Amino acid sequence: TDSKYFTTTKKGEIFELKAELNSDKKEKKKEAVKKVIASMTVGKDVSALFPDVVNCMQTDNLELKKLVYLYLMNYAKSQPDMAIMAVNTFVKDCEDPNPLIRALAVRTMGCIRVDKITEYLCEPLRKCLKDEDPYVRKTAAVCVAKLHDINAQLVEDQGFLDTLKDLISDSNPMVVANAVAALSEIAESHPSSNLLDLNPQSINKLLTALNECTEWGQIFILDCLANYMPKDDREAQRRVTPRLSHANSAVVLSAVKVLMKFMEMLSKDLDYYGTLLKKLAPPLVTLLSAEPELQYVALRNINLIVQKRPEILKHEMKVFFVKYNDPIYVKLEKLDIMIRLASQANIAQVLAELKEYATEVDVDFVRKAVRAIGRCAIKVEQSAERCVSTLLDLIQTKVNYVVQEAIVVIKDIFRKYPNKYESVIATLCENLDSLDEPEARAAMIWIVGEYAERIDNADELLESFLEGFHDESTQVQLQLLTAIVKLFLKKPTETQELVQQVLSLATQVGHTPGPSRGLPSPGGSGNGLLMGQQVTGSLMQSHGMVWVGRDLEDLLICHIGTLASVYHKPPGAFVEGGRGVVHKSLPPRTGSSESAESPDTAPAGVPAADQPSVIPTQGDLLGDLLNLDLGPPVSGPPVATSSVQMGAVDLLGGGLDSLLRSDVGGSPAMGGGIAPAPGTAVPSNTGAPLGSGLGDLFDLTGGGGALSGSYVAPKTVWLPAMKAKGLEISGTFSRQVGSISMDLVLTNKALQVMSDFAIQFNRNRGGWHLAPEGPVGGGGTLALGTTPVLSRRVLPRQVAVKNNIDVFYFSTLYPLHILFVEDGKMERQMFLATWKDIPNENETQFQIKDCSLNADSVSSKLQGSNIFTIAKRNVEGQDMLYQSLKLTNGIWVLAELRIQPSNPSFTLSLKCRAPEVSQYVYQAYETILKN
Amino acid sequence: MIHSLFLINCSGDIFLEKHWNSVVSQSVCDYFFEAQEKAIDVENVPPVISTPHHYLISIYRDKIFFVSVIQTEVPPLFVIEFLHRVADTFQDYFGECSETAIKDNVVIVYELLEEMLDNGFPLATESNILKELIKPPTILRSVVNSITGSSNVGDTLPTGQLSNIPWRRAGVKYTNNEAYFDVIEEIDAIIDKSGSTVFAEIQGVIDSCIKLSGMPDLSLSFMNPRLLDDVSFHPCIRFKRWESERVLSFIPPDGNFRLISYRVSSQNLVAIPVYVKHMISFKENSSSGRFDVTIGPKQNMGKTVEGVVMTVHMPKAVLNMSLTATQGSYTFDPVTKVLTWDVGKITPQKLPNLKGIVNLQSGAPKPEENPSLNIQFKIQQLAISGLKVNRLDMYGEKYKPFKGVKYITKAGKFQVRT
Repeated sequence: TDSKYFTTTKKGEIFELKAELNSDKKEKKKEAVKKVIASMTVGKDVSALFPDVVNCMQTDNLELKKLVYLYLMNYAKSQPDMAIMAVNTFVKDCEDPNPLIRALAVRTMGCIRVDKITEYLCEPLRKCLKDEDPYVRKTAAVCVAKLHDINAQLVEDQGFLDTLKDLISDSNPMVVANAVAALSEIAESHPSSNLLDLNPQSINKLLTALNECTEWGQIFILDCLANYMPKDDREAQRRVTPRLSHANSAVVLSAVKVLMKFMEMLSKDLDYYGTLLKKLAPPLVTLLSAEPELQYVALRNINLIVQKRPEILKHEMKVFFVKYNDPIYVKLEKLDIMIRLASQANIAQVLAELKEYATEVDVDFVRKAVRAIGRCAIKVEQSAERCVSTLLDLIQTKVNYVVQEAIVVIKDIFRKYPNKYESVIATLCENLDSLDEPEARAAMIWIVGEYAERIDNADELLESFLEGFHDESTQVQLQLLTAIVKLFLKKPTETQELVQQVLSLATQVGHTPGPSRGLPSPGGSGNGLLMGQQVTGSLMQSHGMVWVGRDLEDLLICHIGTLASVYHKPPGAFVEGGRGVVHKSLPPRTGSSESAESPDTAPAGVPAADQPSVIPTQGDLLGDLLNLDLGPPVSGPPVATSSVQMGAVDLLGGGLDSLLRSDVGGSPAMGGGIAPAPGTAVPSNTGAPLGSGLGDLFDLTGGGGALSGSYVAPKTVWLPAMKAKGLEISGTFSRQVGSISMDLVLTNKALQVMSDFAIQFNRNRGGWHLAPEGPVGGGGTLALGTTPVLSRRVLPRQVAVKNNIDVFYFSTLYPLHILFVEDGKMERQMFLATWKDIPNENETQFQIKDCSLNADSVSSKLQGSNIFTIAKRNVEGQDMLYQSLKLTNGIWVLAELRIQPSNPSFTLSLKCRAPEVSQYVYQAYETILKN
Repeated sequence: MIHSLFLINCSGDIFLEKHWNSVVSQSVCDYFFEAQEKAIDVENVPPVISTPHHYLISIYRDKIFFVSVIQTEVPPLFVIEFLHRVADTFQDYFGECSETAIKDNVVIVYELLEEMLDNGFPLATESNILKELIKPPTILRSVVNSITGSSNVGDTLPTGQLSNIPWRRAGVKYTNNEAYFDVIEEIDAIIDKSGSTVFAEIQGVIDSCIKLSGMPDLSLSFMNPRLLDDVSFHPCIRFKRWESERVLSFIPPDGNFRLISYRVSSQNLVAIPVYVKHMISFKENSSSGRFDVTIGPKQNMGKTVEGVVMTVHMPKAVLNMSLTATQGSYTFDPVTKVLTWDVGKITPQKLPNLKGIVNLQSGAPKPEENPSLNIQFKIQQLAISGLKVNRLDMYGEKYKPFKGVKYITKAGKFQVRT
């Protein structure tokens, strides 16, 4: 057996092998190479043997030759100079009379990713592409794709692409399939090229080859057809349909994709549409009897398909019933699809199943099953009553996590159908004591508050929660506050004391927002109607159902069977530096008004974070709901004007976050207040003695805090003294290892002492929070703790400062460069791939004028602000710097900076998947370089 | 496209790696290990894992994880199908797909992997083509090789590689020409507490073993082809013939292969060959429960139900079980809480019964979940769907082959809720 190849003496292993490789005996040589390969398979580095192995290459023994080739492919890259030694043998082998050897040589050569070798490859490859033997031609076709990956320009210059296109009309179906595969791969990295512009003849060729080539070839051809054939072509459909019965599930799914795209063009009234619809169901169902891994991918795709065309599988509910021994990932997917297919017709069956799942062993699955019952109630109104009674049954089981989950779900049902099922409240109240999860507690409190008038002892119930108020999570505290205020509005006489109690408790808590938020809209329960429609959306997302938006859904249909379909995200939202994205779109639907909505413009290149239709699955339900409760009018200080789409969540989640009382320092001098400093503009950062009564007071700046090299803009006046009755505030933002700081200087220019300072920040989307540190003397830095998530625009942040005189507001605009993170250095390879990959229309060019730095100082200066230089190149006297940076939200920006020694203007080219940030990045460059 | 492949055993050792493009560091597998840890059970590791720069698509077969590294967009099904094909090939070559077998034949494995994939494109995955390129190891051959110095690598182009029938090699010769078909049907079913069927369907396959010389052209017809409305075909089958005449017409691959797989869905009536009477209960506030299960035959068309085995995952609170079986033997593993009852054959005269006391952990609350009973069984000489082969004709060759058809029905995922 081969296991003997693994057992060599530890010491001198390489030395021993070397001797054996140079042995005169053929057999010994071969054994030695086998040992080398064996080491390679377990990841040992045997590259030191390179010259010795290459020496064995010239042999008539095909096995030995293959083994040497295997070795070469692994190590040629690390030994480029040595690899050249092999070139002659390769070129010679390409002329060998045996087609197997010709193919082997051209194939191996393509795998050796060394520039010098690729040059030698061109001639043999050209011959092989026209070889008389189809086996060689098909191998050569793949080789073009390999070569393109190493050196795209070379492939274009040598005209290989045209030869490849000619191969689509080859007489051998296998050659056609490989040519298509190679072209598709090349086209993916060249979104703009029209490599696969298929004309009717070539489509015909493909369809013929489809019938005759291997299963893998069929996948490539079908995918190619799906991407490029937006015509109503019955003949083509007729020839694709048989693929639905293929044993290979990937072939089946690709065929489904082609047909789904066809259906886009058919009017739903056509008989033909119905026929096609019927044909799609059985193969999809069959996929579910395959191995669990295949099932999983199939289910993810079916999930998309049923969103687009639920009619396909509406009669197949039963196949999605969960089997006891399905892997958990299959179970969860099935559950999701069951909900999607749930309708009035089958709801009874579905509920019976869900109830059954709720008694299974796996806790996560049980919880999801209970939630699913809630989703049924919300989706199918007629079933709501049945769902509620099912949930009540489950509550009777007294299994703790089932009860808690059920209560959360019942609350959602109450919200959707107000004043219908409150008869069950009594049962719910019985379980009050067993609830220990915040979400369930909050839900229960909401129910008590909402229906306070029907619960005799509502006040007692709520009061019981008050005892441990400080130990509750914010979610529960908020809900409790709201509920008690609701109760107060309904029974003002009896509950006044309770309200006072909760208010005083709430104000003691650092995190609890002002009482004003506790107010429900007048009329208490009147909010039901108002939010009726909204509630569905938020329930769905909070319960783990990703609501794929319409555009995205269309987009994803084009990607059935791809990774995108597994993640339900547009391609390009994943692996950075991977291949680019070909914009794929559904053909416009004939005879329907939807045609205008062709998702052509969908931003496929934009990371998922910016794709509003993808809703993250988690999400704080309570947050959402409370939010809706409060409705638009929120009293108190105006809140952030941040982005509208997130506005609703902001109000709640962010709001006026932490109330920093004047205990910033805790020194008595603070209490003493700020003495007037008439007319004197005090230089910042002086750290003037506090007792002096003059000068600037508390310099919140971390004067001492060692800044890393990041550029810090000089402080600018954010709040002029004129507007704030004598208080002037200036400040700046800076970035220090991993955190972002805002430095503030407050100057008193009035004639009186200012005291009782408080400062308050409107949190923005990212959830910044403040961590005051340091004593007053040295000034405390307000480190903005967690990293913010930047929305696409740079948002103004609003700050409120209060003192004994008044409350003042000002807003700040933070410079983009503070959001450049420390790990923004891309690997070289990755940089190259990503640069190639981002379409050219995303590139923007800027001029940076009047900058007299040389390349090295530029790059060290930028490095200080987390713009990393990856490579430097000197081309015709100009320095080219290749740089990368990453924003806190994960957007990468790649830059090329051209510096001519004599010219003070630099040219900056920026490439980014989210081109809208380029402008800001340019501004950041400008500011950093000029200061 | 598939960039690299790592083979990982159950204890988390990477025992083989193969790179088709550039070398990807083993550290990429850390993401996989992380997911594996989270999943606890090996079967629950998600098949697609995303990492910052790659995708990992994996399958779990025969206690080995096949983890492939993907860098560009690629249909995941394609990758999973391919990985299963790799495992099948190992099985075919070495008789088993195990870590030892792979390590023992590491060079052949490497040669195979290289032959199966080129730059992420599958090259040769048909077993008969591979066998012409790389001969499977046999003791005789390795002895001969070591004496004569010849190798196990074929040096001519495989004949099937480019023909329209890549699945068959030319020049096949047998002294005894035989063609066997096994019609195997598995019943997947969920039976609810009251004994009514929640869900049932039949997953059927026809596995063939064809040892015929030359280029035989076969056609197989059924008595009742209407039953087959959802079928997946081996590529050798002429789809048009099936569409028009409902006859399977094909030039077969040489050796063992799966001719078709089919599904008879729940819409048609699926006969359930056994019934289970059960009474499993746990008393409130006492540390014991009762267990009483009887299995009986039903709708078995006069055939014996045999090989009956029942497995039950008992609730965690169950400490032990003291039962008596009227037939067969039972075991209870107190660690995994799995009760296995090997019943054997069911005779309608005396129905097998298993009954007794369940001991619970004292003080623990009454178990809520109801254990599902998983039943396995076999019925020889019966295709439960009623599918019957009518005849097999051979064209293109002159000899008279020996033909045979065997039917068998088994339980697939057959579970009874209690």
